[in-house]
Amino acid sequence: MMKLTEKETEILEILEKDSRLSAETISKMVDLSVEETESLIKGLEDRRIIVDYTTTIDWKKVDGHEGVTAMIDVKVTPKRGVGFNEIAERIYRFHEVKSVYLMSGAYDLSVIIEGRTMSDIAHFVSEKLSTLDSVISTTTHFILKKYKHDGKIFDQGDEDKRMVVSP
Amino acid sequence: MKTTNHYISDTVRRLKPSGIRKFFDLAANMDGVISLGVGEPDFVTPWNVREASILSLEQGYTAYTANQGLFELRCEISRYLNKRFQLHYDPEKEILVTVGASQALDIAFRTILNPGDEVLIIEPCFVSYSSLVTLAGGVPISVSTKGDNGFKINPFDIKNYITHKTKAIIICTPSNPTGTVLSKQELIQIANIAEEFDLMVIVDEIYAELTYDEPFTSFPSLSKMRERSILISGFSKGFAMTGWRLGYVVSDHSILQEMLKVHQYTVMCAPTMAQYAALEALKNCMEDVEYMRKSYRRRRNYFVKSLNEVGLICHNPGGAFYAFPSIKHTGMSSEEFAEKLLLQEKVAVVPGNVFGKSGEGYIRCSYASSMEHLQEAIKRIERFLQSI
Repeated sequence: MMKLTEKETEILEILEKDSRLSAETISKMVDLSVEETESLIKGLEDRRIIVDYTTTIDWKKVDGHEGVTAMIDVKVTPKRGVGFNEIAERIYRFHEVKSVYLMSGAYDLSVIIEGRTMSDIAHFVSEKLSTLDSVISTTTHFILKKYKHDGKIFDQGDEDKRMVVSP
Repeated sequence: MKTTNHYISDTVRRLKPSGIRKFFDLAANMDGVISLGVGEPDFVTPWNVREASILSLEQGYTAYTANQGLFELRCEISRYLNKRFQLHYDPEKEILVTVGASQALDIAFRTILNPGDEVLIIEPCFVSYSSLVTLAGGVPISVSTKGDNGFKINPFDIKNYITHKTKAIIICTPSNPTGTVLSKQELIQIANIAEEFDLMVIVDEIYAELTYDEPFTSFPSLSKMRERSILISGFSKGFAMTGWRLGYVVSDHSILQEMLKVHQYTVMCAPTMAQYAALEALKNCMEDVEYMRKSYRRRRNYFVKSLNEVGLICHNPGGAFYAFPSIKHTGMSSEEFAEKLLLQEKVAVVPGNVFGKSGEGYIRCSYASSMEHLQEAIKRIERFLQSI
């Protein structure tokens, strides 16, 4: 865990909301010079606090990109010395795996995978995932509809409902 | 044709419609307008607040509340004012829940003014003060402040306008339209004048949650000012609840109980479902308020710096969500500037003269808009300035 300055935290909050803002714009928002801002952002990137800049896309709206997403609850046997890390790593290296979380509760790893069709996912689970030595069991849940993802509501625009001019 | 003019009272006939209306009509019919003319938050009311109100409806809380407002809500307001601004008001007798801060202003004037009593109004200021004083039978007296001075109040200016008829002074901090926040020192100077000339002080602190630099001092927290203050605030700005129309007024019980009479004969009580929403807002929304405050502060920083960079000189407003830059160097009047900017670049702002004579030469730009819009607005304003 790293202790950040107030300005660094502020930059993170700004970028998390909109990563397209330029360093120049951000510098004005946090009241620093452009150079200082750029160097703070670079520092955050170097420490991998800023991991990546991506775009949230609703692929469901794009013809030919409908795809299927599944969340798989995985029970595993942890290994002495490496705990869950080794098996987690073996799973997250598959490119179709989008997320892997270690969970508390009834199962150990939550794995999110994406495929083109349901049979792609069935194939992955039966051929790749279940056959790993440490994996005891899997339960696959297919996602039927994404309403909200990473804090963004998919089907609702930011329509401004205010009047154009008001006192 | 017979006219109906003679039915209208002289007072109302003489009232001028708000100058904002004209720009609303102009801008509302145009496509692609970026509006910096909106005097309200760009956030939607936090969901838990909306949900609490829905629940109150589901449970059938659709009857009147006490005239003063739900007791539970008054208790929360009392606690909040104490915790946040070190104020002490008794929820039993000293807090009144109103239909927005606007209604609170109305009953405040109607409660204290005799015909002909003068009220000092520090301009530029919110559009309704002067008309509300007039409607209450009083006489509004404008006291100008200057842009070069960041629109701070000069106590000597105030004294110049005091006569034997002066009953009260109204101050708004942080200010709509200038964003100016009065420091503790400046408030003390006003307090001294109030004391010396025995004036009531009506304090509009509707933007008190939105200050960005110095810690905020609430006027009635100053020594001896509680007895001569009527403090007005509400949920519209800080909690993003403009459409709920919910505000409150607090004052010493000797004054508040008189205001209650005016309130009970005019609106009975504030809307019940909005009161339940406000209750939830005070109980569980302080984090949202802080989040919104931070967001405005960043946009303020960006917007005010950018305005100055493109050539509209603007003091750094310590609160609210308005920048009030000077356009004097263009040689245009505020109205001319605003109208041309709208027609040429489709950016809506409010001309400063709408907020009083001393607002002439300035425009009010609300930065309660997305960063995307603010950036585009700056581009357009820059292009506009280069074209003239």
